[in-house]
Amino acid sequence: MRQFKGDNIPGFFHSSVGQEAAIVGACLALRDDDAMTGTHRSHGHPIGKGANLDALMAELMGKEGGICKGRGGSMHLADRSVGIISESAIVGGGIPLATGCAFSSTVRGVDQVTLCFFGDGAVNQGTFHESLNMASLWKLPVIYLCENNGYAITTSVAQSHGQPDIAMRAPGYGMPGITVDGQDVSAVYEATARAVTRARAGEGPTLIVADTYRFDEHNFGLVIPGEPYRSVEEVEAHKRDCDPILLYRTVLIEEGIDEKSLRAIEDEVAEVVKQAVQFALASPMPRSETLHDHMFNSPLAGHYSFVAGQKRN
Amino acid sequence: MQNTAQKFVAAPGTRIEMTYLEALVQAQIEEMDRDERVVLMGEDISIYGGGKLIERFGKNRVWNTPISEGGFTGLAIGAAINGLRPIVDLSVASFVYLASDQIINQASKLQYMTGGQIDIPIVFRCWMYSVGSKAAQHADRPYPLFMNVPGLKIICPTSPADIKGLMKSAIRDGDPVLVFEDACLWPVKGDVATDPDYLIPIGKADVKRRGKDVTLIAIAGAIRPTMEAVDALAEEGISVEVIDPRTLKPLDYEAIRISVAKTGRLMIVENGHSVCNVGSEIAAVMAEEIFDLLQRPILRLSSPDIHVPFSPALEKDFFPTKEHITAAVRRLL
Ligand SMILES: Cc1ncc(C[n+]2csc(CCOP(=O)(O)OP(=O)(O)O)c2C)c(N)n1
Repeated sequence: MRQFKGDNIPGFFHSSVGQEAAIVGACLALRDDDAMTGTHRSHGHPIGKGANLDALMAELMGKEGGICKGRGGSMHLADRSVGIISESAIVGGGIPLATGCAFSSTVRGVDQVTLCFFGDGAVNQGTFHESLNMASLWKLPVIYLCENNGYAITTSVAQSHGQPDIAMRAPGYGMPGITVDGQDVSAVYEATARAVTRARAGEGPTLIVADTYRFDEHNFGLVIPGEPYRSVEEVEAHKRDCDPILLYRTVLIEEGIDEKSLRAIEDEVAEVVKQAVQFALASPMPRSETLHDHMFNSPLAGHYSFVAGQKRN
Repeated sequence: MQNTAQKFVAAPGTRIEMTYLEALVQAQIEEMDRDERVVLMGEDISIYGGGKLIERFGKNRVWNTPISEGGFTGLAIGAAINGLRPIVDLSVASFVYLASDQIINQASKLQYMTGGQIDIPIVFRCWMYSVGSKAAQHADRPYPLFMNVPGLKIICPTSPADIKGLMKSAIRDGDPVLVFEDACLWPVKGDVATDPDYLIPIGKADVKRRGKDVTLIAIAGAIRPTMEAVDALAEEGISVEVIDPRTLKPLDYEAIRISVAKTGRLMIVENGHSVCNVGSEIAAVMAEEIFDLLQRPILRLSSPDIHVPFSPALEKDFFPTKEHITAAVRRLL
């Protein structure tokens, strides 16, 4: 966020602060070779899935060393090396892709599962309905994980869902629907681990709704005109009582881990982040001669011809 | 289909006469035999869409989908990212709009947006009806719309040999390829190579007729009235060179340049709507690049900026006809 404010990060910036437990808890239940898709709120998902921070940070800055070579940016931090096939900034757009990823595992007869993140807003897209229907019909090994933070920009679940209990949608598609406390990393992990076991056993998909909360505005710096859609008290109460990191810290201390070792871990994380920022700042901007790179797997000879000093197509 | 399949068991190097549709199915059979990652999906496909390929390849390779064009298109894209090579049969081209979000926002963009981390080897098939009273919701020819999208390859072959060779190239290609078949071409017969490695490269036009007076480019189903018109003109001593680009993205501009350098006259015939179609693109590029070789203004024939009518009376003159084409060629001379 400091980098964003400092003008080092262009574009939109959708933070996942407040939603960490839902992301990390779910990702921990997967293997590295399991697949994952995410959303426009894409910063948390690759971190949860274990991606290298340096390349993620460089991507946020649009640098050559970015994980997507500066072509994706903040909303699309895919890292194939840890199974992330894409993060879609088209709300609901990634749901069929995840379903297809699981479809491929089924056809190829491998025991890989796919974890599909999306928000409460995406539940109202046709892709959600179509995908859950096919996943259930064909018993695909996919876990649909709704990060239900209660709002789609300013529109609340109550204002946009005929059935506000999102997990209730699952039985309609013939699959289990489970709601968990999304601020409790263990609860999310356990629910996801059960869904993973089910999926690997060929029993099909599960819908998990992790009730969570975003502490920041929809995207950083967004100014919402008029009446606030959520009260300052609501936000403050969540920050005070429901911060998943503080909650888990308390659990660890109760379980006997001493303050000093926790501090050491936190320092280590701060160091990794610092290094990532340094790496990103030091990485050069992509050269404009590379503009056409990565368009095709098999580029076509003659596809780009020069016209008036510019490349055609 | 069984008979046709048996017919194809021939020595390599030979050619067999078959229809456009048979050649297309044969291309799919050969590629599915060759590569077990190739899967086929679409609505009602196990019964008729794939020429009963399910009998040969079983349910794990041929998938009958629910009526969820956006959903199964996205599913196939996900599957392509994760190790399969799907052929998605979207049936009527007007239905491609339902799948277009996934084709445009996902399939065309993800290779680029991930900095080359993922490949999307996928083929989308669809059919275009021109005449036949299908009315506006079944009679679209949306290829120009997709030409405006970077990251897609687009083919629209017109002969049995071309659909076979290009379809096989499309299936083997590492990128998303859209196949626009003109339904009026399905029954067209021609000789097709039986060699399972017979490929036609994506991006190479074919000169369907040599000529010296006018270069005429015909797109997809427009090739039929074009050939009739060219035959009639030949009897009058007018010699027309007919180029079939076969691939719309990328377009083989070089083949067009070479021909126009010879004839000095260029006309483009297609069934797409007139605004921003293939003809617009070719005309603009040729005006930029070889204006000085043109002896006459470039001419385009296409369908008007009006939806396709139902009534045969209104439909019969809607798309370029043999008469429209012969008249236009005379105007160019
Ligand atoms: C198809 C589409 N429509 C609208 C938008 C604009 N938009 C971006 S994020 C967002 C809200 C999404 O809400 P939700 O799915 O709950 O995710 P959250 O932002 O709460 O994580 C909207 C409407 C979009 N990106 N894509």
